[in-house]
Amino acid sequence: MLSTALTDLWYGFGVALEPHNVMWCFVGVLVGNMVGVLPGMGPLATISILLPLTFGIKPVGAILMLAGVFYGSQYGGAICSILLNLPCHPPHAVTCLDGFPLTKQGRGGAALGITVISSFVGASWGITEMIFLSPLLVSVALQFGPAEICSLMLLGLLAGSTLARGSPIKGVAMTVCGLLIGIIGSDIETGTPRFTFGIPNLFDGIEIVALALGLFGIAEFMKSVNQLSDVDTKYTHVKIKDLRPTREELRRSIPAMFRGTIIGSLCALIPGTGPTIASFVSYATEKKISKTPDKFGTGMIEGVACPEASTHSSVQGDFIPTMSLGIPGDAVMALILGALMIQGVVPGPQLISEHPDIFWGLVASFWIGNIMLVILNVPMIGLWVKLLTIPYKYLYPSALFFVCIGVYSTNNDMFQVGEVVVIGIVGYFLLLLDFHPAPILLGFVLGPRFEENFRRAMLISRGDALVFIKHPISAVFVGLCVLLIAMQIYVRLKKPKGLSDAIPVVEPAE
Amino acid sequence: MFETLLRKRDFYAGVLMTLLGVGVTFNSTTYNLGTLMHMGPGMFPFILGIVLTFLGLMIFGTALATPLGEDEHILPKNKEWRGWGCILAGPILFIVFGEFLGMVPATFACVFVSALGDREATLKNSLLLAAGVTFFGVLLFSYVLQIPFPMFRWGH
Repeated sequence: MLSTALTDLWYGFGVALEPHNVMWCFVGVLVGNMVGVLPGMGPLATISILLPLTFGIKPVGAILMLAGVFYGSQYGGAICSILLNLPCHPPHAVTCLDGFPLTKQGRGGAALGITVISSFVGASWGITEMIFLSPLLVSVALQFGPAEICSLMLLGLLAGSTLARGSPIKGVAMTVCGLLIGIIGSDIETGTPRFTFGIPNLFDGIEIVALALGLFGIAEFMKSVNQLSDVDTKYTHVKIKDLRPTREELRRSIPAMFRGTIIGSLCALIPGTGPTIASFVSYATEKKISKTPDKFGTGMIEGVACPEASTHSSVQGDFIPTMSLGIPGDAVMALILGALMIQGVVPGPQLISEHPDIFWGLVASFWIGNIMLVILNVPMIGLWVKLLTIPYKYLYPSALFFVCIGVYSTNNDMFQVGEVVVIGIVGYFLLLLDFHPAPILLGFVLGPRFEENFRRAMLISRGDALVFIKHPISAVFVGLCVLLIAMQIYVRLKKPKGLSDAIPVVEPAE
Repeated sequence: MFETLLRKRDFYAGVLMTLLGVGVTFNSTTYNLGTLMHMGPGMFPFILGIVLTFLGLMIFGTALATPLGEDEHILPKNKEWRGWGCILAGPILFIVFGEFLGMVPATFACVFVSALGDREATLKNSLLLAAGVTFFGVLLFSYVLQIPFPMFRWGH
């Protein structure tokens, strides 16, 4: 097994090192790092904006680039948290707690240096996990029939919507809305137009680009306009030589780094618990096992190393269910799956064998991209810090143009730009009512496949709805769903004291 | 009792989802429902509509069960009517100008108007930004990516 994995990986490096793929990977991590630093722009908005631009590229290059944006933005987000105390990106919210005090003490550079090292360690472990776990998962998943796929998707959808931030009921409601939006258009089997309101432009359904840009572009701009104050650049003078941590700092961070990595990879295996939860859990753990827990929050280097390592190990681990089962854990993964589907690649367990270039190329590109990021971040730290000062008033009008032209260029159809405006208004209303729009995308991407498998499972079982419990594997998934709901109810009724004490209340911006 | 309920955010959220769920359920009966074995196009949305109705009622229930929170205003404290208006006007102008005048006027109008949404925006800054974005945008999309969208056109 080890040798096949290594051969495949070798093949992947061959794909990823093709010049144009290296270029796309570089573009991806560069753009990702940039938007990670920019306050007010998240990876979701950026990937949605870049999505239409990837239609002309081959699938491998497109995926390498979009994935690069995602993990690149994690590197950039840490800079924002540590130097500005701005939790622009949810996974890095906890990094602020000890990162910013370190900056005030003049050790911000060292904190950034430690961040780069722990990110690389975490990411490397996540990638290794992906190499060995994905083929294993695939070999199991290939045995699945429609009933199993259906209940697995149900589990993924439930986990993705209840474990995210905010009220779990509202999360599930958003997922159902996403499933409903996925229904708009012609029915696959009979061709009946559904929920199209007689508008012919809707017969093909809603484009994922229009949905994503409405929810994460326009709605997000409406939320942030005039709300972001000018950044305080008092502490942002960091030079390359400041990045080197002292021997003492390094000695203290290394064990924290490894603990963070393990926690992150465990979190990645539970569907729905993405990098944000991983970083909160690892910070809480680090605080608990520390000899001086009361010093956390005053600039402990462990408090930076551990969450950063766990974020990155979980970011890479998130790709495992997405690529090997075709079930995304969060909205970013749903977008990446959407990009694959636009390119004509069917996600699911057959992806690795049918498109080995995409899968192994992606895995290899993770390493190449992470090395690029280390190289980008260390000498160019001054440039990234300068980017922090770009005011939002220049940023959002330019982004809005990219939104319009991006949606237009998907089908050369102005009607879809109108769709974005409507979805944006609806999305903003949902935000005002405390709904988080991310699960909508999850439901939207999985919706059509969910319906198809559901219908097939019912057809095979001759209309017996109990088929989902009669098949043992499917029953396990259904059981996990029930467990998940029971757990949520339990947590609501009885707040666990230890954890909520350790996890400080930080409300991260989207 | 009823007045406090009317001030709660979850009240509106629950009502909205319930109405949506009921609407979807009724609408899906206009398509062929089929049987459980041979599901028609209406069955899946029918089930989802019922689920959504229940979820809406549950959100409504939490609104009843929880005390009034501190910040229950649905609209944020600073109402950014100008910002919201300008952000929405940008893409709408893009549609209108793009349909009748071409890419350059559309881009310029979209960026210029949406830039005015910021409270500190001045006419001069917005004009400069719009000009810059138009220049680079046209360069990227018309020359490099060659999307079929004429730079200028007159009428449809």
